[in-house]
Amino acid sequence: MKILVAVKRVVDYNVKVRAKADGTGVETANVKMSMNPFDEIAVEEAVRMQEAGKAQEIVAISLGVAACQDTIRTALAMGADRGILVETDAELQPLAVAKLLKAVVEKENPDLVILGKQAIDDDANQTGQMLAALLGWPQGTFASKVELGDGTVNVTREIDGGLETVALKLPALVTTDLRLNEPRFVKLPNIMKAKKKPLEVLKPADLGVDVAPRLVTLKVQEPPKRQAGIKVGSVAELVDKLRNEAHVI
Amino acid sequence: MSILVIAEHDNAALKAATLNTVTAAAQLGEDIAILVAGHNCGAVAEAAAQVAGVRKVLVADAPHYAHQLAENTAPLVVGLAGGYTHILAPATAAGKNLLPRVAALLDVAQITDVIQIDGADTFVRPIYAGNVLATVQSKDAVKAMTVRGTAFPAAAASGGSASIEAVAPAADAGVSSFVGQQLTQSDRPELTAARIIVSGGRGMGNGDNFKLLEDVADKLGAAVGASRAAVDAGFVPNDYQVGQTGKVVAPELYVAVGISGAIQHLAGMKDSKVIVAINKDEEAPIFQVADYGLVADLFAAVPELSKELDTLKAAG
Ligand SMILES: Cc1cc2nc3c(=O)[nH]c(=O)nc-3n(C[C@H](O)[C@H](O)[C@H](O)COP(=O)(O)OP(=O)(O)OC[C@H]3O[C@@H](n4cnc5c(N)ncnc54)[C@H](O)[C@@H]3O)c2cc1C
Ligand SMILES: Cc1cc2nc3c(=O)[nH]c(=O)nc-3n(C[C@H](O)[C@H](O)[C@H](O)COP(=O)(O)OP(=O)(O)OC[C@H]3O[C@@H](n4cnc5c(N)ncnc54)[C@H](O)[C@@H]3O)c2cc1C
Repeated sequence: MKILVAVKRVVDYNVKVRAKADGTGVETANVKMSMNPFDEIAVEEAVRMQEAGKAQEIVAISLGVAACQDTIRTALAMGADRGILVETDAELQPLAVAKLLKAVVEKENPDLVILGKQAIDDDANQTGQMLAALLGWPQGTFASKVELGDGTVNVTREIDGGLETVALKLPALVTTDLRLNEPRFVKLPNIMKAKKKPLEVLKPADLGVDVAPRLVTLKVQEPPKRQAGIKVGSVAELVDKLRNEAHVI
Repeated sequence: MSILVIAEHDNAALKAATLNTVTAAAQLGEDIAILVAGHNCGAVAEAAAQVAGVRKVLVADAPHYAHQLAENTAPLVVGLAGGYTHILAPATAAGKNLLPRVAALLDVAQITDVIQIDGADTFVRPIYAGNVLATVQSKDAVKAMTVRGTAFPAAAASGGSASIEAVAPAADAGVSSFVGQQLTQSDRPELTAARIIVSGGRGMGNGDNFKLLEDVADKLGAAVGASRAAVDAGFVPNDYQVGQTGKVVAPELYVAVGISGAIQHLAGMKDSKVIVAINKDEEAPIFQVADYGLVADLFAAVPELSKELDTLKAAG
């Protein structure tokens, strides 16, 4: 069994992102970048499957600028076996990412593809579903539990009312939710080892994919700031304010 | 402009999120159809036909739509898409599972969590946990988008008189099946539809202590929510999570108890009308967005709040 994991380089979740003054995008110069947290969960899940003897090979793939190699190296240090970077400076929207991933899947023939449910920069929550559609594969989105069977995978999904379990025929695609696992910390010797693992670099043109954006970003701005209100001195004062000032209870 | 809205339902009832989506649809045009894909879902179709502003209800009733698996419903929507300029779904777990799959099959972009409609092809959506709003313009022939419920009021559930039309089901894709579900049972309102929400965080200490919040919630007719930390720690089920990667809510009143106010949590509740924070740390970031902040130990403050609400009730 072979697993492909998509790992995206995003602005670290601790960074307070600001819109550029001219409204053309967000300030990303000199900002800390990390692997999308949901993708760490995806890598962790694949590595656990390999450790349990259920998977033989894990391939980590990222799409974007050359610096995405760092993200791939992190995945390799966590336990992935080799990496693929589809290198481009172009803006990639989810449909384009899905098309590029499809081309790689067709070359690599994995049995399982794991992605994050959403990238915490663009918050699109689309790429996995789009890739599954293009491949004609079943999808287990927002996974909190993944159980491999014989030619099938059962995925427990976090839905609005609770949890739902679906059975998917392999090959299948899974997107991770927060409760799937807790990703490991990478140890220094593994970082050294990861440097020696193979990392292949491709271009979108090698894969014959048109990545032209379908959405034009007209402007990017910060929403109006919410003003802090007052501190109340007691519970009785709070209840009085809610009743007689805010009229909400 | 002709708009197809994908209904959210459980074969028995039309979910409220559909009504907010219809309001968004009405801002695009008057020719609005609702698709109800399910099994034995006649009651849902009847309800959808009553929704104000809807012209037509399409019903696809087949066993393989019972659980609305995206592998089966996506080809159905794609088959119907021909006549529409816009396809809208609520930005819920179900909508977000389905619509990207539809969009990819149509070879169009999908626009997630639309909060404002600036024209037939121009939409505003939050990115980076709502720190930034992006205005995007779609160049595709069909605009596929999920609609954030808190940004559009609900359409009236009655007063409409749409026609109901059966559509032929597409084939069962045969690659996925439903195994089971564990739905959280509660008599309280749904988080995304509640007028008041009382949420607890890591400060609650354990799941048992959430009873303190439930007690207050019941006196207020409120829903109970939580931060990610409280869900991760197993205090409450996953469907309680409010935030960037959980549910987005905007009630009249949001009471945050023992929640620090991380940006990812704020992303899910900062559009609430009135925010109350109860936290023992006066530096907690939650106070920066709270209308009323109470610096106190929650284990004293919450029981006291419960008593005050009793007094209020007794006084009428
Ligand atoms: C204002 C603005 C500015 C932008 N600027 C840029 C820019 O300068 N450069 C640029 O490249 N894009 C840019 N984008 C595009 C944006 O980052 C893309 O839309 C994004 O690549 C795809 O959306 P998402 O990651 O939110 O998808 P989601 O569907 O939320 O992602 C889900 C999962 O898909 C996988 N995935 C997605 N993308 C990749 C990837 N690239 N590599 C590996 N796995 C991936 C991951 O597993 C991820 O967890 C910009 C967008 C906006 C709104
Ligand atoms: C990818 C990603 C996605 C995320 N998505 C979400 C999301 O959707 N929603 C979300 O909520 N978080 C999300 N988070 C997590 C977020 O970053 C925070 O870790 C989380 O919100 C913290 O929860 P908390 O406020 O309950 O806990 P803490 O930050 O630990 O805060 C606990 C608070 O309780 C107070 N307290 C403790 N004891 C008492 C007492 N006795 N009386 C009064 N106050 C007390 C403390 O002063 C403190 O302020 C996400 C993180 C990542 C990386």
